[in-house]
Amino acid sequence: MSERAVELLGLPEDRPCLLLDVGCGSGLSGDYISNEGHYWIGMDISPAMLDVAVEREVEGDLLLADVGHGIPFRPGMFDGCISISAVQWLCNADKKSHSPPKRLYQFFSTLYTALARGSRAVLQLYPENAEQVELITAQAMRAGFTGGMVVDYPNSTKAKKFFLCLFVGASGTLPKGLGTECADGEEIRQAKFTNERTRFRNAKGKSVKKSRDWILEKKERRRRQGKEVRADTKYTGRKRRPRF
Amino acid sequence: MKLLTHNLLSSHVRGLRPGGGFPLQIQASEVRVRPVPFNAAFVARLVPRLRWAALLEAAESLGHPSELPPEPAADYEGDESFLRRVHHILLEVEVLEGVLQCPDSGRRFPISRGIPNMLLSEEEA
Repeated sequence: MSERAVELLGLPEDRPCLLLDVGCGSGLSGDYISNEGHYWIGMDISPAMLDVAVEREVEGDLLLADVGHGIPFRPGMFDGCISISAVQWLCNADKKSHSPPKRLYQFFSTLYTALARGSRAVLQLYPENAEQVELITAQAMRAGFTGGMVVDYPNSTKAKKFFLCLFVGASGTLPKGLGTECADGEEIRQAKFTNERTRFRNAKGKSVKKSRDWILEKKERRRRQGKEVRADTKYTGRKRRPRF
Repeated sequence: MKLLTHNLLSSHVRGLRPGGGFPLQIQASEVRVRPVPFNAAFVARLVPRLRWAALLEAAESLGHPSELPPEPAADYEGDESFLRRVHHILLEVEVLEGVLQCPDSGRRFPISRGIPNMLLSEEEA
């Protein structure tokens, strides 16, 4: 997932960037970012997870913070932001004083400020239902982001992943989700028009009678029987003019 | 906490004037130096983002007075020795134990095991 998220970030090649990892936890996604040659600063609300990250000697710098209270950095400092499976927790009201839409808005608006112009935030999340997707996306748009949800493998319950891709400033085209081409078993809703000649085989595995394939096979058979057969040329099995 | 993070970090207590949460004053009780591979391109790109005065002050307060000039020279990108000194100060010096203090509100954020605790109470957020 970290690999796909960094891919969706669309960072310039061969340029080490400064990234923010929201909900970095024990630093698993951070390790991937470091391996790609980038630097990162991670935030997480769980001291236990951050202690694991310290023990694993991750290369990024860590902060103990609640992102629902805001992203505490100066404006325009980061070249990008990733988050793996963290943002959906902002939808939970863990305390009586919490209001999920307010926390989401506080998170997105301060994140927007902390990112540089032209950068992206890619947030992988597990939404509980469509309303959560709506809520999260709406708060992100309110904060000034453009972009939207990219869904990988939408037809598979197991492999389906949601990536919220947000752009700061220049709005790019939203990347396409994986597995969105016609998968096996999916209904083809449109007629496919191709210029190719389709070669059919019928149910028994034999060529359709009178097609070019069938003619060539028949000629082979007759050659094997020792009979005299004309050579195979580009004219073999070609449709003749109607007058023929 | 590296000094790079400190230079980007701002207090987000509610009700501060714009820019009032920066720079956080460091009172460090334990500092360590950990080598990090040098990347000139990355350091060169960071320099324009930094608040230079805050960086120098932070390095002083840690007892690592850097041999950095009061302002980065106009041609800093080609000066490798300068970039190496910046790299050392930003990425290799880490505060393990200490306190960060917000200049305007006076709110203190403890640093423990190298991790600053930026958690706010509900009234402060």
